[in-house]
Amino acid sequence: MTAQDYWALSPVIAMAALALVLLSADALLAERMFGGKRYGSKRALSWIAVIGLAVPAFLALNLWFEWFGESTSEAVVYGTFTADRFALFFQFLIIGATGVVILASVPYLQQFRDSLGEFFTLLLTAAAGMMLLVGASELITIYVALETTALPAVALAALRRDGFSIEAGAKFLILSALSTALLLFGLVFLYGYTGATRIDEIVARMGALPFESGVPFGSLAVMLSVLLIVAGFGFKMAIAPWHMWVPDVYQGSPTPVAAFLSVASKASAFAVLMRLLYSFAGFDPVAQDWQILFALIATASMTVGNLMALSQTNVKRLLAYSTIAQAGYIMVGFAAVSVASSSDSASAGPQSIMYYLAGYAFTNLAVFLAFAAIVHRTGNDTIAGLSGLLKRSPVLAILMVIGLLSLLGMPPTVGFMAKAVIFSTAVDQGLIWLAVVAVVNTVVAAYYYLRVVGVIMFGESDDADPIKPGAGELAAVSIGVAGALVFGIVPWFILELVDKSLTIV
Amino acid sequence: MSEFNGILTLTVFLPALAGLVILLVKPLQLEDRIIRWFAIVSTVVTFVLTLIVFLAYDRDAGGVQFIDHLSWLSAETIKSSYLLGVDGLSAPLVLLTGLLGMAAAFASRNIGLRVSEYFIWLLLLETAVMGVFVSLDLLLFFVFFEFEVIPMFMLISLWGSGRPRYSAMKFVLYTLAGGAFMFVGIFAVYLTGAVDTLTMVPVPELGIVGIADQIAGVDLIAPASLIFAFFFVAFAVKLPIWPLHNWLPDAHTDAPTAVSVMLAGVLLKMAGYGMIRINIGFFQETKGFTVHDAAGILSVIAAVSVVYGAIVTIRQTDMKRLIAYSSVSHMGFVLLGLTAIAGIQQETEFGRDVALGGINGAALQMFTHGTITGLAFLMVGLAYDRTHTRHIPHLGGLWRRMPVIGIFFFIAGFASLGLPALSGFVSEIMVFLNSFPVWPWAASISAFGVVLAAGYVLWMIQRTFFGSKPPEGGIPDDKYEELTDAEPLDLIPILVLTIPIFVIGIWPKVVVDVFKIGIEGILR
Repeated sequence: MTAQDYWALSPVIAMAALALVLLSADALLAERMFGGKRYGSKRALSWIAVIGLAVPAFLALNLWFEWFGESTSEAVVYGTFTADRFALFFQFLIIGATGVVILASVPYLQQFRDSLGEFFTLLLTAAAGMMLLVGASELITIYVALETTALPAVALAALRRDGFSIEAGAKFLILSALSTALLLFGLVFLYGYTGATRIDEIVARMGALPFESGVPFGSLAVMLSVLLIVAGFGFKMAIAPWHMWVPDVYQGSPTPVAAFLSVASKASAFAVLMRLLYSFAGFDPVAQDWQILFALIATASMTVGNLMALSQTNVKRLLAYSTIAQAGYIMVGFAAVSVASSSDSASAGPQSIMYYLAGYAFTNLAVFLAFAAIVHRTGNDTIAGLSGLLKRSPVLAILMVIGLLSLLGMPPTVGFMAKAVIFSTAVDQGLIWLAVVAVVNTVVAAYYYLRVVGVIMFGESDDADPIKPGAGELAAVSIGVAGALVFGIVPWFILELVDKSLTIV
Repeated sequence: MSEFNGILTLTVFLPALAGLVILLVKPLQLEDRIIRWFAIVSTVVTFVLTLIVFLAYDRDAGGVQFIDHLSWLSAETIKSSYLLGVDGLSAPLVLLTGLLGMAAAFASRNIGLRVSEYFIWLLLLETAVMGVFVSLDLLLFFVFFEFEVIPMFMLISLWGSGRPRYSAMKFVLYTLAGGAFMFVGIFAVYLTGAVDTLTMVPVPELGIVGIADQIAGVDLIAPASLIFAFFFVAFAVKLPIWPLHNWLPDAHTDAPTAVSVMLAGVLLKMAGYGMIRINIGFFQETKGFTVHDAAGILSVIAAVSVVYGAIVTIRQTDMKRLIAYSSVSHMGFVLLGLTAIAGIQQETEFGRDVALGGINGAALQMFTHGTITGLAFLMVGLAYDRTHTRHIPHLGGLWRRMPVIGIFFFIAGFASLGLPALSGFVSEIMVFLNSFPVWPWAASISAFGVVLAAGYVLWMIQRTFFGSKPPEGGIPDDKYEELTDAEPLDLIPILVLTIPIFVIGIWPKVVVDVFKIGIEGILR
């Protein structure tokens, strides 16, 4: 391995090292060492984690601006990992999401006082796995990174150790294993067909292999592997029809963990799927059938997510279905892959997906973490439990309402702009019916988002005790809402950033 | 090239800015009185700005003026800019928004519940509507068009009466459902190969060719008829046109007075404006399908709207609901006026005049309906504040107790039924005269709408204001004797709305000529 290899991996390594630092610090700050009264010192773990995140963030910045080392789109470490700007974009997103989640979980974590160290270690390990995943450019690396992500996430889901939480962990574990098996199967087909595990080699060899007309994706092996890979990642991205675990797991997991899963986990799965699939986008037979496949998945995901969310009474389940629907909107961008004949807008799909994901990350974190702050204090995770929130905590209420309106896609938030961009790619590729399905879905979604908004704004509550969020929680939610507004009102700079990060097309 | 005058940006965002100030000073727990007057003053300043825009609009130069231009969104598949400007079509509507925003703020003097929130939403509503009228970029237009939903949802839900949550949600879902189609329509227009701008009108100063010129005669990404329908549905819901009008009576009836004034006065006009700007503006020379092809069927729908709306109005027993349904009828006239566009196909001078006059009549009808119905809702609101019922069979003899409210209610009613010398007459006669040569049957049938209007207006006034006292089972005698008339301060919003009714009734040129400049720019 050369120095360049180390630089390329440095943010991932730093993240993994930070996890270990936290594990050691947890041992050093153990309660028993100080006579059992030193919870306060354990809180320091949160700050070590947040401040420590500056290291991987700085190393990623270093690569982006090429102070030391380069951010080339050449694969390094024997072709297994690519630290291009595409990967860095998602690494920033993951680091940011991790930081914001930790920031918001400080008060929440009191209930985990025995397993505080585990929480941070697991969270950061999962984040390290995701950061590896978004740059993985070889099948086995993808698989290993995915497992590094999945196992800590399972443990996180079960961290609360009550009935719901254990159930969530168990479900997550089993379905995670199943989905990874499917994915592995798909990767094996790809290897069997081409005899290579590096994506660039696979693409090169596929170009030499014949495509049969009349067979979907031009060849049965490619079809099977694409279907299995999409199914495998489908679980991680929480898209229908692989969404069944999502509401149960989100409901059972600690809310900050659900926030983390719904943003970082999803984003990294989208990233790797984009990297994998867009390397095949040049093959016309693949691209054509791919449009149909993803258009159907998008339709299913949006419709199922929104229709199921309509009747939910539990906020976490409602938000879970909402993330399924959101993933469906993102799938619209996937469906809008350009068939080579109109290659002038080849990067439109990935651009819209990345813009949407960035906006979604901020918005969804804001909503989940605002809700985490509330539910931690009220203990009531039903929609009715939010009544009178405007009086009990005006700031949280307003922030959460803005977040919900952004998820709904109301201007001037990023939810609207991102939908405008992503749906326009579908129309651009002639998928007008898909754009119509998508916008009709947003109208359905308006009903349940506005129902929650209505309860927050107009609901009357017997309990008038003010809810006072901590500074960390408020900061985290504010960052999310600020992102939702700024990306929506002045979209150009984030779009420029996205354009610079489009190294995969 | 970039240009930034700033006056329109200021006009649009001043109310929102005032709302932000109210939000920020909320922790100070100022007296409601101060908040109220602050909001009112900000709407007055906004009105003055709109008046300046209207008067300073150079009628000789025409075209788009007061341009504010910044680049905004530049994704691969959609590029949009922050582009504000007014032309002859939008200048009067901007003035109308300023006028009604001010009237609505004055009419909200008696709001006692969560005062600062109420005014924040009311001011945001004004910003949204104003934004719709001055946005020249299609996506920006849509942003404002959609954003208006949120303040309305809040205002109806929390300060409404009856079943406010139900009505508010219904309003939102109808509007968003319509808007959803427009959203796709926007992409479909933009993504047509030949189109590289989202600017709705040509802006020579910036070197921008409007969409209309770019989509003329080329193959669109989807059939032109489909795209036309996508836009039309969005506006038909909002206008509203039978059979998509169902949300309107509920929203109107349950909204607080000032919000009804805004809803009837300017929100409905966003739809009529959109139809002129987009459905007529874009689709005159499109390939395979033009607005002229649709005019016939639209004139039938318009006639049905007018007559159906009027018949349903007659049998209403709630005063507010009655006025709400009369809006369906009156908005049918707007659509009828627009269908005169087909006259231009005759390729004679007369045909062009008819098309121009019909659209001008429709635009004027929007303006006059805004003031007339605004006034009517205001008067019903004032009466309701005192009687606490709008149920017509429970009312009677109000004239004796509240003559001032009665007089202005009369004026609104007579203007609504088209009495000469009041503004409603001018706009309706323009619509009829110009649509008759093109669609004689639809125009003739619609004329019954005016007859029916006389029926429902006069009959309602007779039942509520005339007579010596309320009928048996209505307002008890002791309560009736305690009823009071309007207060002096109530006269401000009343006069704000009454003056234009007379001015336009007697001297319509003041608005008609400005509209004409804008519409001539749109006609091809």
